[in-house]
Amino acid sequence: MVTIPLSQTQPPTVPMGGSGAPPVLDVRGLTKRFPVGGMFNSKQVHALEDVSFTVDRGETMALVGESGSGKSTAARVIARLIAPSAGEIRLDGVDVLKSERQPSLAYRRRVQMIFQDPFGSLNPVHTIGHHLARPLEIHKKARGRREVRERVAELLTTVGLTPPDEVAAKYPHQLSGGQRQRVAIARALAVDPDVLLADEPISMLDVSIRMGVLNLMDRLKEERGIASLYITHDIASARYIGDRTTVMYAGRMVEGAPSTTLLDEPAHPYTRLLVSAVPNPRAGLAKRAIQVRGEVPSLLDPPPGCPFAPRCPHAMPICREMMPGIEMVGPRHWVRCHLYGPGGTTIGSPAGPATAGLATAGPAA
Amino acid sequence: MPAPPPSSAGPVSVALLDHRRDGADAPLLEVHDLHVEYLSPRGPVRAVDGVSFTIRPGEVLGLAGESGSGKSTIAHAILRTLHPPAVITGGEVRFRGQDLLAMSDEELEQFRWRDVSMVFQSAMNALNPVMTVGDQIIDTILAHQEMPRQRARARAVELFEIVGIDPGRLNAYPFQLSGGMRQRAVIAIALALDPPMMIMDEPTTALDVVVQRDIMQQIEDLKTRLGFSILFITHDLSLLVEFSDRIAIMYAGEIVEFAPAREIFDNPLHPYTRGLMSSFPALTGEKVRLTGIPGAPPDMVAPPTGCRFHPRCSQVKPMHRQVVPRLREVTPGHFVACHLYPEMG
Repeated sequence: MVTIPLSQTQPPTVPMGGSGAPPVLDVRGLTKRFPVGGMFNSKQVHALEDVSFTVDRGETMALVGESGSGKSTAARVIARLIAPSAGEIRLDGVDVLKSERQPSLAYRRRVQMIFQDPFGSLNPVHTIGHHLARPLEIHKKARGRREVRERVAELLTTVGLTPPDEVAAKYPHQLSGGQRQRVAIARALAVDPDVLLADEPISMLDVSIRMGVLNLMDRLKEERGIASLYITHDIASARYIGDRTTVMYAGRMVEGAPSTTLLDEPAHPYTRLLVSAVPNPRAGLAKRAIQVRGEVPSLLDPPPGCPFAPRCPHAMPICREMMPGIEMVGPRHWVRCHLYGPGGTTIGSPAGPATAGLATAGPAA
Repeated sequence: MPAPPPSSAGPVSVALLDHRRDGADAPLLEVHDLHVEYLSPRGPVRAVDGVSFTIRPGEVLGLAGESGSGKSTIAHAILRTLHPPAVITGGEVRFRGQDLLAMSDEELEQFRWRDVSMVFQSAMNALNPVMTVGDQIIDTILAHQEMPRQRARARAVELFEIVGIDPGRLNAYPFQLSGGMRQRAVIAIALALDPPMMIMDEPTTALDVVVQRDIMQQIEDLKTRLGFSILFITHDLSLLVEFSDRIAIMYAGEIVEFAPAREIFDNPLHPYTRGLMSSFPALTGEKVRLTGIPGAPPDMVAPPTGCRFHPRCSQVKPMHRQVVPRLREVTPGHFVACHLYPEMG
């Protein structure tokens, strides 16, 4: 078991990248605090604390968490829709927060975002063709009406909206939710982005069309070598599309691993809780009682220590005092939990109640 | 009486779905050939088109379908809470043999909450924001039963304990409770009059998965203890398979498959059900590519002819575009409306 010492001020570089090439997106110590309250009782919502990860070209990283976990804040900060309180965003090794005070047009082009609501993200008074032509014109990806029209048709075909000329003439309300989300993806692709941030792109879609959208994202990743960040509350879809999955809880990253490893051998007690809570008829209909109760804690000036400690069945005194560092528990599998730390009791194969049904859940050290 | 020709598109006899009217197994709720239409400027939308099912005492019947399949419309039709432009245009709904569609407004007021209560997805946001949750429970009780306010309050305390909220929170306003706690409070209100049946329409969809699991376990416990029936409506087939006894799959206003939960999971027959099953990625095992279902649910103003699923079906044959498949029993207890399967026997 390797221990990487970690101080609160020096954000860690989590060794997760696969190939030798520098990661396209490299986020370090990203922190976002929102001030609330007045002059005398001002407090801070710790929405994002010390978040670090990398995404390689042609890789999909899934960020999983419940509401309030900070996963959407992470996407918004990386898209530079809001400014972080601290941390670095490196694009091909360049710290963009330092090199450009305001996000440049080039940054906007290279980092594209797909939102949850395909009804709200398209303008109802413009045709689909207009939605796709605008970014082509603004970012000078096509010149002249004919070239623009050809590129629009090409984009629509890429995302499976055919016949393209017919679709281009339609208005958003004439399309289904799944089709609109495909338009949103086509719009993001129009400018040849390096990074795609997809914030719950399928959660508002009908069940039967979700897989089609995920498969499309997966195909684009392969074909265009895009680095994708897939943000979701659904750990099963994270496993499906994510090469790696990182779990967030109360603004912090608590565990990360290759997606199948994470689900087969979840190490953090919170990840285990999350996995055991997902409806899973394949595991048999025997009722799997989960023992952990309570809800995500308030993010208003949280106490020191691990945010999951108040709900954790394995909590120790140290858990309430300091945030655990990063421990490697397997190849490319890390966890922030004192149970795996130098001072922690090695729980070996923790057969605690929270792990019921997860026979293989021991740390893979 | 001669049997109807197999190709007839008529409503399936409810007798097929459930029958023993005598004794304790007599159905609590019987829905027979229900039709509901929404009148739209583009013409009537047949939101529910000839749906029949029964619910036995203590049974959980799962109703699955996507948006627009008519599943929520059925819930509102049973409670008679549909408002124009939605109109019940045909069929029967009976609760303990009593015809709900013939009830007066006064009778309905007594029927709702006392006989059948309801938990909606958005119910947690339907609580009155300027009234404490305790007062809202007490008012519900007093609206249906004459008793001193003090006794109604004692009942409210009991209900909060049952659903796992600290009774001290009775004095809280809705905004002071988390989403999960508000939804528990709504379930407490639904339990207030100890009804024999509850309708739950996406009761946990807006909640996080851990809270969802906790609440569903609680509902399961309560059901075992108090013995009520549940009509459980959701788009989440995996949740439905875990918690239902039988499942009806709806598509475009019709039930396309109906079977015990385990059977639906192990042996889905209808291509739509199979497609739904391959829309939920697995948590374990080999990663397999899932296809979902091509296309999108149909426009209900002009639904497809013949089998309504035919434009999205990979096994479509010319006849399927013309002839409406009847819901038929293909193995004991397993009904499917699909031309690919011959009738049992």
